[in-house]
Amino acid sequence: MSISAYTERPAAKASETDGLSVPWSRPKPKRAAVSARLVSAITILMLLAAWAVSAELKLVSPVFLPSPAAVWAKFVVVARDGFVDATLLQHIGASLWRVFAAVVAAILIGVPVGLAIGISRIGRGVFDPLLEFLRPIPPLAYLPLIVIWFGIGEPSKILVIAIAMLAPVALSTAAGVRGVSRERINAARSLGATRFQVVRHVILPSALPSILTGLRIALGAGWSTLVAAELVAATRGLGFMIQSAAQFLVTDVVVMGILVIATIAFALEFIIRRIERVVVPWAGRD
Amino acid sequence: MPHLVLDKVSVHYDGQPAPAVERVSIDIGKSDSGRGDFVVLVGRSGCGKTSLLNVAAGLVEPTRGQATIGGRPITAPGPDRAVVFQNDALFPWLTARENVAFALRLRGVNADKRTRRADELLSLVKLEGAGDKRIWELSGGMRQRVGLARALAAEPEFLLLDEPLGALDALTRERMQTTLLDLWAAAQVGVLMVTHGIEEALVLATRIIVLAPGPGHVVRSFETHFGRRYAAGEPIRSIKADPAFTTARAELTDAIFEGEAA
Repeated sequence: MSISAYTERPAAKASETDGLSVPWSRPKPKRAAVSARLVSAITILMLLAAWAVSAELKLVSPVFLPSPAAVWAKFVVVARDGFVDATLLQHIGASLWRVFAAVVAAILIGVPVGLAIGISRIGRGVFDPLLEFLRPIPPLAYLPLIVIWFGIGEPSKILVIAIAMLAPVALSTAAGVRGVSRERINAARSLGATRFQVVRHVILPSALPSILTGLRIALGAGWSTLVAAELVAATRGLGFMIQSAAQFLVTDVVVMGILVIATIAFALEFIIRRIERVVVPWAGRD
Repeated sequence: MPHLVLDKVSVHYDGQPAPAVERVSIDIGKSDSGRGDFVVLVGRSGCGKTSLLNVAAGLVEPTRGQATIGGRPITAPGPDRAVVFQNDALFPWLTARENVAFALRLRGVNADKRTRRADELLSLVKLEGAGDKRIWELSGGMRQRVGLARALAAEPEFLLLDEPLGALDALTRERMQTTLLDLWAAAQVGVLMVTHGIEEALVLATRIIVLAPGPGHVVRSFETHFGRRYAAGEPIRSIKADPAFTTARAELTDAIFEGEAA
């Protein structure tokens, strides 16, 4: 038996394992993965229980903390009858539309910018400082300026979200481009690829896993900017809904809105992970 | 009948105190009969083997001297000199077949023709039926076969092999040596190969060039004939068992380590 048979750490089936061919790390019973999930579930249930109990015993005034049951009831009511002239679905639709329009804009601008930063020294010189300047500014700080420039309409809201998404998309793209193996590029060139073909057929696909990761981070940034974007002259949207509810101290709607945003963000994260598995199945395997 | 010629090539990398290679000349011919030279560069680490291969590939510009193919200076990589690297450098987002067809796709060959040619090449490297496999489903040896087929799809005049078998286990490497000889005969290309394997060099080469470091220069160059015996039908094991092979191996080892003790 060659030494490599040991170093390759075969995924040994129990039936093939005998006393002489015990692999390096013996397969453990699959308890660990399950228990982590179980702990998470218990944690969430405990929090819910603590919330329900403190609301039930009126430890905190319902104005500050409505009970889970009240929030659920409100969810049903708002879903059916709406809140401030729009149903919950319409609020969700308005917010989702803004976030998605911003995602598209961020990809259309961020990916080429990231490519430029990763590929050319001039591109890096031009865009790197701009992004580093833009990245740490909180959206609420540039929101007024954008309203002055572009008015209070829909474009301003999308722009604010898109700006927040731009840096993560561009920087992840650039990181992906810089991580492309030299040998892969050289192999393509020696097979006759032009500069453009190298970018199109080697660099872009190589950077795709990184771009998708950037997209996930960008979506997170987008949701956190959403509420800020909907502060100004919105008539619909989850952020707007929470804002107006807060002004009238309708705390159950505020809490409900927060939970809806969290659920949607979680669902989107899940969907992107699924997309990653389909589009870049090789990620982490080469 | 193009020749790939390195003429008194020196390579001195920026920021390095000494040149990596100094005044090395290599001439790889390709005769009308189709049998090209199979030139193997051997030598200790740091003797500039890979630098020379990269000069031939057009990936490194010589500081002095000149590299030409068919009399034209080499200024950039090109499909007339397809390179196969130690780490296969395959594209994981493509299937094995699509990897092989890559050079054809770059040229705008239509999909039907591409598939047909790629399948031909895959069966040439004994991977028929593996066309739809993803790269990460293939073993190291299979990957190198895909890499070789991909290089041949470019219809090169020369194959440049940078330790193509270096990352493989001993048994796979032995099998790949015969594959290389078969390919070399079938594809009618000239080959420049870099290796650490002494036996490998003797089995494969028509000419072995021994380099020594400090800065890299040629210490010896000799013709061998063991590969021809394989082509004539003698099994590779019997060639390696021949006393002449053992003598040649000792001689080559001496040449590589000549002056090392001094």
